[in-house]
Amino acid sequence: MEQHDTQHKEHKNTGYGIYILVWLGLVSLTLITVSLAGFNLAGLTVVTALLIASVKSTMVINYFMHIKYESVLFKVFIAICIIIFLVMIILTFFDLTYRPEILTK
Amino acid sequence: MEATINNENFYQYKGKHKGILGWLLTTDHKRIGIMYLAAMITFFVVAMFIGFFMRLELLTPGQTLMKPEVYNALFTLHGVIMIFLFIVPGLPAVFGNFFLPIMIGAKDVSFPRLNLLSWYLYMAGAILAVVSLFTGGGLPDTGWTFYVPYSIRSTSNVSTALFAAFILGFSSIVTGLNFIVTIHRLRCKGMTWFKMPLFVWGLYSTAWIQILATPVVGITLLLVIFERFFGIGVFDPALGGDPILFQHLFWIYSHPAVYIMILPAMGLVSEIIPTFAKKTIFGYGPIAMSSLAIAFVGYLVWGHHMFTSGISDTSRAIFSLLTFIVAIPSGIKIFNWIATLYKGSIEVRTPLIFVMVFIFVFSIGGLTGLVLGSLNTDIHVTDTYYVVAHFHYVMFGGMGTLFFGGLHYWFPKMFGKMFNEKVANFSVVLFMIGFNILYFPMFIMGYLGMPRRYYDFLPEFQIYHQISTIGSWVLVTAILIMIINLIVALKNGKKAGSDPWGGTTLEWTIPSPPPLENFDIEPEVTKGPYDRV
Amino acid sequence: MSQIHRDDFGSKMGMWLFLFTELLLFGGMFLLYAAYRFAHPAEFVLAAYRLDVTLGTVNTIILLTSSLTVVLGIVALQRNSKKLSIFFLSTTLAFGLAFLVNKYFEWGAKIHHGIYPKGPELANMSDGEGLYFGLYYAMTGLHGVHIVVGMIILAFVLVQIYKNKITSDNFVRFENAGLYWHLVDIIWIFLFPLFYLIH
Repeated sequence: MEQHDTQHKEHKNTGYGIYILVWLGLVSLTLITVSLAGFNLAGLTVVTALLIASVKSTMVINYFMHIKYESVLFKVFIAICIIIFLVMIILTFFDLTYRPEILTK
Repeated sequence: MEATINNENFYQYKGKHKGILGWLLTTDHKRIGIMYLAAMITFFVVAMFIGFFMRLELLTPGQTLMKPEVYNALFTLHGVIMIFLFIVPGLPAVFGNFFLPIMIGAKDVSFPRLNLLSWYLYMAGAILAVVSLFTGGGLPDTGWTFYVPYSIRSTSNVSTALFAAFILGFSSIVTGLNFIVTIHRLRCKGMTWFKMPLFVWGLYSTAWIQILATPVVGITLLLVIFERFFGIGVFDPALGGDPILFQHLFWIYSHPAVYIMILPAMGLVSEIIPTFAKKTIFGYGPIAMSSLAIAFVGYLVWGHHMFTSGISDTSRAIFSLLTFIVAIPSGIKIFNWIATLYKGSIEVRTPLIFVMVFIFVFSIGGLTGLVLGSLNTDIHVTDTYYVVAHFHYVMFGGMGTLFFGGLHYWFPKMFGKMFNEKVANFSVVLFMIGFNILYFPMFIMGYLGMPRRYYDFLPEFQIYHQISTIGSWVLVTAILIMIINLIVALKNGKKAGSDPWGGTTLEWTIPSPPPLENFDIEPEVTKGPYDRV
Repeated sequence: MSQIHRDDFGSKMGMWLFLFTELLLFGGMFLLYAAYRFAHPAEFVLAAYRLDVTLGTVNTIILLTSSLTVVLGIVALQRNSKKLSIFFLSTTLAFGLAFLVNKYFEWGAKIHHGIYPKGPELANMSDGEGLYFGLYYAMTGLHGVHIVVGMIILAFVLVQIYKNKITSDNFVRFENAGLYWHLVDIIWIFLFPLFYLIH
């Protein structure tokens, strides 16, 4: 059987404070990513935008969605989901990157 | 509690609702399984006869029975019904629902109401597929793959058919989700992961594919609908869209879907073989792990469906290479099955004959798959009857054979009746003969250049088409005998005991048919699923 | 049969698995986005100039705040303050509505200018820009549908809290509804920079 007790209920850190802090962090990151868009970062534009978005969603997942306090199993599940999604992207780009008519455009 | 031993089985139980409502509003996984079975056999027979008429059309060159448009609609229908209504959901929805909870010692699945919803979604999708035939611009004629740009341009009723497939995908997701949670949460005392029957491992791997691949095809089909109504351009070359991306997204799902079809079937083989070899399975761990491995590798190989579609040479080479990896876990399974049979006291009964037929035809399907998986040979036979033959050998010969194999294996448990084994054995052998007469000539004519999806052919192919059509008559006869034999057994069959085959997994420890909540006393497992001590 | 023992962990697991399917549903579209941005980088930048960054930023902050009020609502319920919980949840619904109203004006303005699939203005644009807007409508549209669904689910939760069906010791349905709402938020976290912030 699963090691986790079904009726474990008490979450740690169920204070209002931590959530408001996380929210402040999210809002500031939003403002940062908006202002960064004003600069010309050339090739790095997408990278920084996605990096900040990933940090933001990690915060949402960990705190708002409580994954930080959930069983390891859930983390493994999320990892599997992300890996499969990356596999889809990477293998598709093996096609796109080397397809001549796209490169010549 | 124990004083009132309940002798009622789940058919006799009278709940809140009586009669037909007792079925339509049930949350009992066994009743839902039976409802799926009834629906699926119906769809299978319909699609089988569609295939039968397609073969009749191909008896002579030129127009034999029907116009080309009708033929196009028929092969689309045959594909859509067989793939989306039978092969993909088949084993998980029928046998998964009925036996998964029993095999892990549970009373039901984790979300019984969601389970019923899944059945309704399945029926809604099926009905919508039927509606698409009689409304709008006529029967969909794109083939089951819905390739763009034709599926955007076709004036036939493609949108409804696409939406039907979308809903069916939803049904499949809900079933998968339910199974994963059930396997994680509801295993009985002592049922550790490595004491689970291998069919359950097959379902578990399948469920992950259902969850992580189905949404991709869902959105793809939805986008084609958007494309048809609004012209958003993402797949339409006239608007700058790339039709090859449709094929990528389509096969990102549809290749793993092949493993949705075959993994539970392989799990079923791992159930039947130890039962009739009268010894424990050889290599339990490797078989269980190879299911997970196949599920994962299944995500890496979709490009081999697109070798001639215009994808880059680099990715063609990579996909071709990755394709061969699938052979490793599949090989592990085959060798372990054979090792299980080795030195067993083999008892040849109907289900085991099914398994032997499976191993024979599936091996032909698998080996010809290598021809299709290697880039250079594939170019020669792409879109010919060779491909048609190959996937009928793996899909129908693989999943189809074992669907009926599983039905015979578990029939006594599901209905509490025994069928006439002599008739059943005869029908399996006839099935095997008809199957090979029908599909084997397709390899030859495909190799010689007969393209798929044509209602007409050049005279030099006539002999192969005729042999094939004769095979279809034999096969249909065999299947009808098989089904009628089971229906007769429902009425007149002898009562089956709780363990007619000498199986060792949990479902054989309870009465046939099972009582309402499966186990009167919650079972406790102390030994491996196939141990006979 | 209907009285199977309560399994909060199991229901949460089921919800997460469902979220994965939502993620991959959008994942398919993100894949298309990546492919077309890769093929038409300049056109995507050009097209993105037509979106209103301020409106997008405001909507981002609206959604983030609505996510916050959901978790605050759960905490409030855990601490037995039903009224406060209902207040927070209603705030979430109000924010959701505000998001949709914004979206309505944003889409309305675009459509007014003829920027929509098969629209007069879009017809003058390059293929790359057309694809950008095709994806823009498909992705933000589907996201909007998810907002609506999320609001319906949260409204159900609200009623159940009101009727004491969801209480401080049985609130897994609230948590699951919250998870769904956060997922919709996460998708927007990615949609926002990918559509609004490419210059």
